[in-house]
Amino acid sequence: MAVARFWRENASRYNLIGTKCGVCGRVYFPPRSVCPTCHRKSIGKMEPFKLKGEGEVLTYSIVHEAPSQLEMQKPYVIAIVQMDEGVRITGQIIDVELDELKVGMKVRTTLRKVSDDGAAGVIHYGYKFMPV
Amino acid sequence: MREVAIIGVGDTKFGELWDMSLRDLGIQAGLSAVYDANLSGDEIDALYLGNMSAGKFTEQEHIGALISDYSGLARDHIPATRVEAAGASGGLAFRQGVMAVASGMHDIVVVGGAEKMTDVGDTLSTEIQAMAADQQWETSFGATFPALHAMIARRHMHEYGTTREQIASVAVKNHKHGSLNPKAQFQKEIKLESVLRSLPVAEPLGMFDCAPVSDGGAAVVLCPLEKARKYTDTPVKVLASAQASDTLSLANRESLCRFDATTVAAQRAFKMAGLEPKDVQLAEVHDSYTISEILAIEDLGFFPKGKGGQATADGETTLGSKLAVNTSGGLKARGDPIGATGVAQVVELVRQLRGEADKRQVSGAEVGLAQNVGGTGATVVVQILGRVN
Amino acid sequence: MDVGIVSYGAYIPRYRIVPQEIGKVWGTDGEAMSRNLYILSKSVPGPDEDVITIAVEAARGTLRRCGVDPKRIGAIYVGSESHPYAVKPTSTIVAEAIEASPNMTAADFEFACKAGTAAIQCCLGLVGSGMIEYGMAIGADTSQGAPGDALEYSASAGGAAYLIGSKNLIAKIENTVSYTTDTPDFWRREGQDYPSHGGRFTGEPAYFKHITSAAKRLLETMGTKPSDYDYAVFHQPNGKFPMRVAKQLGFTDQQIEAGLLTPFIGNTYSGAVPLGLASVLDVAKPGQRIFAVAYGSGAGSDAFDISITDGIEELDRSAAPSIRELVERKKFIDYATYAKYKNKIKLKEAIE
Repeated sequence: MAVARFWRENASRYNLIGTKCGVCGRVYFPPRSVCPTCHRKSIGKMEPFKLKGEGEVLTYSIVHEAPSQLEMQKPYVIAIVQMDEGVRITGQIIDVELDELKVGMKVRTTLRKVSDDGAAGVIHYGYKFMPV
Repeated sequence: MREVAIIGVGDTKFGELWDMSLRDLGIQAGLSAVYDANLSGDEIDALYLGNMSAGKFTEQEHIGALISDYSGLARDHIPATRVEAAGASGGLAFRQGVMAVASGMHDIVVVGGAEKMTDVGDTLSTEIQAMAADQQWETSFGATFPALHAMIARRHMHEYGTTREQIASVAVKNHKHGSLNPKAQFQKEIKLESVLRSLPVAEPLGMFDCAPVSDGGAAVVLCPLEKARKYTDTPVKVLASAQASDTLSLANRESLCRFDATTVAAQRAFKMAGLEPKDVQLAEVHDSYTISEILAIEDLGFFPKGKGGQATADGETTLGSKLAVNTSGGLKARGDPIGATGVAQVVELVRQLRGEADKRQVSGAEVGLAQNVGGTGATVVVQILGRVN
Repeated sequence: MDVGIVSYGAYIPRYRIVPQEIGKVWGTDGEAMSRNLYILSKSVPGPDEDVITIAVEAARGTLRRCGVDPKRIGAIYVGSESHPYAVKPTSTIVAEAIEASPNMTAADFEFACKAGTAAIQCCLGLVGSGMIEYGMAIGADTSQGAPGDALEYSASAGGAAYLIGSKNLIAKIENTVSYTTDTPDFWRREGQDYPSHGGRFTGEPAYFKHITSAAKRLLETMGTKPSDYDYAVFHQPNGKFPMRVAKQLGFTDQQIEAGLLTPFIGNTYSGAVPLGLASVLDVAKPGQRIFAVAYGSGAGSDAFDISITDGIEELDRSAAPSIRELVERKKFIDYATYAKYKNKIKLKEAIE
């Protein structure tokens, strides 16, 4: 039963809420409670920070051997995206033609079904990227 | 700290071992190492066991006690500890054993590693391996384990001009080495063309770029160097055992083309051993994917960053060259029973340093290095072993 | 108090299938079916899309265009006949995804193809009464047509969102009236995968009777005639019905052209009139007037008299894709892919 495990991350999964260190100003996603640069000084000073959702593809792969959750979508595209705020996020690129994929392409986030707990289970929604 | 020696090694064949259970694998490897070390059994002070996911693969946890029990050690009540760091579980278990002996806490320590992977189907097996990555922020968003490595490969190609053929040449070389290892899962050479044309798994990587699903076990016996001659004429000395960690998610790294944990663990290990990369004649590195070996030989300091692909394609890591990489066949050809892998690397180094590697013997092997990786480089263990003359 | 539309947004999945491709599988003349229904292609949701993802994309576009703080939204209503959950609201997920929650109310509506306009009416009432400052009304569907059924040629996916308020209006809703009866022309029983329908009974006694009755009531109440409007949008289960009902009421082809989307994307059910209206708002100018009538089987019609204000020039329409862009963003798929995406293929049980 993964209901609560996904539910408690909804703010980040739906709206890209990360954290910003109140000491050095660095932005992190997913949220962190300690800044890896400022360590102790940052404790209690990590503020929620919403990413705009736009970025650029650093690298990607076209996945042919899919986990059971993504069987219906294969081959699908997974990428690491450098967000405009500097952090990097791993996620699917959807609504893209495979021959249009390239390192450096601009993408933005949208909300899609990411997985579910079976036909009778809860549906987990989250961010995916689409070409701008 | 005391100096530590390896006085016995043992392993099972790696592969799809349908008639062997997890406990069979652990016991067969352990008993052969104990036999090799000329121990009777009651000298054993402690057991460390590397295993990634017995619970997921076989629905059995608590396997430290299990293996100790079926090795006949239950009545001796020795401390038996399972160690987990995904793919680095075996290497990490070895390091725990080394620390236990070095500290003076224990004298005779058995370090084992085992994984029984084929008791689940392929899809589930792939999903379990992906649990080494960040489940909540990578895997659950569709990043499979091969896909994460494929993204490293694409970025390496993008930044350094590494070619698909150079990446594929890792598999060709390791299959060639594997053909000389009677315990390897694949003992057959393959052509570059076959790698390039294999079924795509996660582009640009295909099926022949990926280490197989394997069952297997490996074990070594450690003791203080000063007591080693009591058990064997050919002890091998542990010159260094170092470990480093990094962000769990690949995305959070400064560079997608390096495993900084490898670089740091290697620096620590070389410093500990008082050696440099050029002093090493053979290395067992963690080629769970072809691209992983290219990263490894660069990050360990054997080749400059971006040159690992070319070096491999040029045969600079093939048996017979100055540095032989993955003489066992590596994870690619010998097989990759996850928790056993890090220990199996040590077993191969010991056989080479003892001069017992038969057709794949590296001549004049004095110093060997093993690099064992967990996840996409979030845990790396580097061991350096030396021949005792 | 003036109440009306503050902003709007829309979303249409990019996959399309043509009637010829469907007809080929079922031994029907797809070409003739296409002519008969005046449907050239219909939209198909991707395997990771549903009413919730469509509603969120439309709602986010709505907010990007106007910059209203989502925390000021007091109610979110999502109308659909294909909510992903039978129990568990679509609207709460939309509320969370646009950061409007938690100090607000939300509910899901169902009234066949007019659940979206029913949501608009509720928001108008709540805003007009001063109970809330802004209300978000969404109509969206990923409707199902049984394999081989006539509905399979039309049932498609898409949706639009409307931010209803009383300040900074881009369009004032002058009036809305409804016409409702118990007419079983189309239904889906609990637990059934596909809807059933009364065939030709869905025409005259259902669609035509309700739309013309609501329309005539509105014209009478407002003291207007069809020529007083620049645009008209009618529910469009196919391309033919809205053209015929327009003619019956005295509207011209020119008046309905901007809001007629079904020929290109199929019947988006609860999304149909909201999308048609959005298509008109994409091109409307201050001072222009729109006549819109939705129809939901079961049955009822909601009619709206809408005047474009000067505010439409202030709205950043380019902050979200126009209907034309969404219609043009398309990838054609074959029936096998369509069947896979729409979950029509029986799969093996997972064995691990």
